[in-house]
Amino acid sequence: MKAVHYYRCMRGIVWREALRFLNQRGRFLAALVRPLVWLLIFATGFRFVLGVSIIPPYQTYIPYQVYIAPGLIGMIIMFQGMQSSLSMVWDRETGSMRTLLVSPLPRWYLLASKLIAAVIVSVLQAYVFLGIAYFWGVHPPRLGYLTVLPALILAGMMLSALGLFLSSVIRQLENFAGVMNFVIFPMFFASSALYPLWTVQQANERLYQICMANPFTHAVELIRFALYEKFNLEAFAVVAGSLIVFMVLAVMGYDPGRGLIARRGGGE
Amino acid sequence: MLDLKAGVADRGAERVPGREAPPLIVEGLSHSFGKREALRSVSFKLDRGDRTMLLGLNGAGKTTLFSLITRLYNHRSGSIRIFGWKIKENPSEALARLGVVFQLPTLDLELSVAQNLYYHAALHGLPRREAGVRLRREIERVGLTERLREHARTLSGGQRRRVEIARALVHQPRLLLLDEPTVGLDVASRQFLLDHVRMLCREEGIAALWATHLIDEVDSAARVIVLHQGRILAEGPVPEVIRRANASSMREAFDKLTGERGE
Repeated sequence: MKAVHYYRCMRGIVWREALRFLNQRGRFLAALVRPLVWLLIFATGFRFVLGVSIIPPYQTYIPYQVYIAPGLIGMIIMFQGMQSSLSMVWDRETGSMRTLLVSPLPRWYLLASKLIAAVIVSVLQAYVFLGIAYFWGVHPPRLGYLTVLPALILAGMMLSALGLFLSSVIRQLENFAGVMNFVIFPMFFASSALYPLWTVQQANERLYQICMANPFTHAVELIRFALYEKFNLEAFAVVAGSLIVFMVLAVMGYDPGRGLIARRGGGE
Repeated sequence: MLDLKAGVADRGAERVPGREAPPLIVEGLSHSFGKREALRSVSFKLDRGDRTMLLGLNGAGKTTLFSLITRLYNHRSGSIRIFGWKIKENPSEALARLGVVFQLPTLDLELSVAQNLYYHAALHGLPRREAGVRLRREIERVGLTERLREHARTLSGGQRRRVEIARALVHQPRLLLLDEPTVGLDVASRQFLLDHVRMLCREEGIAALWATHLIDEVDSAARVIVLHQGRILAEGPVPEVIRRANASSMREAFDKLTGERGE
């Protein structure tokens, strides 16, 4: 197997993911409607309830919808990451996962390709969202649209790797729905997506620590800073570290010598 | 019991990887899930052009054997060689030479027939143009050329299976594994698959291992491996296995060997 084989293989996996996404228009709409509901309705309603003081990276008082825009991008990316892994559990139940695993390239590479495919789809969604949010008063600096890209990719990889790992441990789709509730919602609410963490800290110190330990908080902050042309080293370190941990766990989960499939003889 | 060792003669040339090596050698393969032993010291060999029916009841260990050969998970004892390449040590080389039709349908129903085949070709690292030529050839042989652009969802069960066979051959493997491929198919589709695989073995020298629990799929021109409770009870050309079991048909031979009534 030469480098060109690797390249063709990854291209094929990305291409399939994109085709699947485009073929399922409902999925695309649903993925966009969710954050837009938050932005257009929730943010408007809470505009005067939650006071947002000047905190970095912002240099002035900002309306609430500007504050939550990065959090909602994080939401898009998290849902997409989970959705791709959900499709992998689905793939495994229907058997099409096996056509992937029986192909000759190393398994870690196949999983990494899957991950990159998922990230590309979620980055596209994030930009569509930013485009719509522009008309709702979210105006980051023009260069911010470019500087946010690496942050989106890294956050997307981290959250997709988490999804991949979950998909390797969860045997059935029914269980997966539960995990979505136990993973997505707590991660989303115990983060800086909807409110600055100093407000949480004033109310409850322990909850604040939980929020700070939540990798999703740092994904959101990485995106928030990058959208305003700033680099948040702490957020970057946590997101990158979490990515490595989740990816190692996912590769172990799909390892033919270890992991759930090997132990229980999955597939039949 | 039969002399299995004779079937896997340990000649040096067979261990050198390459086109001349036997398509598949399984030696002393055992596997268990927890305490349940799914396979016990299974050994057999497929030569070029061999069409071997792996006959066993549900739960005999067929799917476990296939999962190990396709490296869904690793085997812990024994060895599996595909054209001389050990699946454990050189999984890429081994898997690249293997075509598989799984028991469960594995087409992506959201994609068209052609897209499914291109995807598979990409997984095997084929350039797109070459993939196009090959997949057209394979899809023509199963008589579905005019359905290439259609969604896989619109195909019948039998047609989907035919696409899966075409897909398994796109990267031109010389060894084909089929795990109960006719389950749920009507008589005509089943016959088509049997004939197609027969043709592939006879005319192209492809070796095929076809798992089934249906005794009437085992015709007298094939070889057969009788797998029961994780053990191989008999192996060889069908007439020979029948004769050695002092039976008059494969069904009788199977019943005698397993001590059970087959289907």
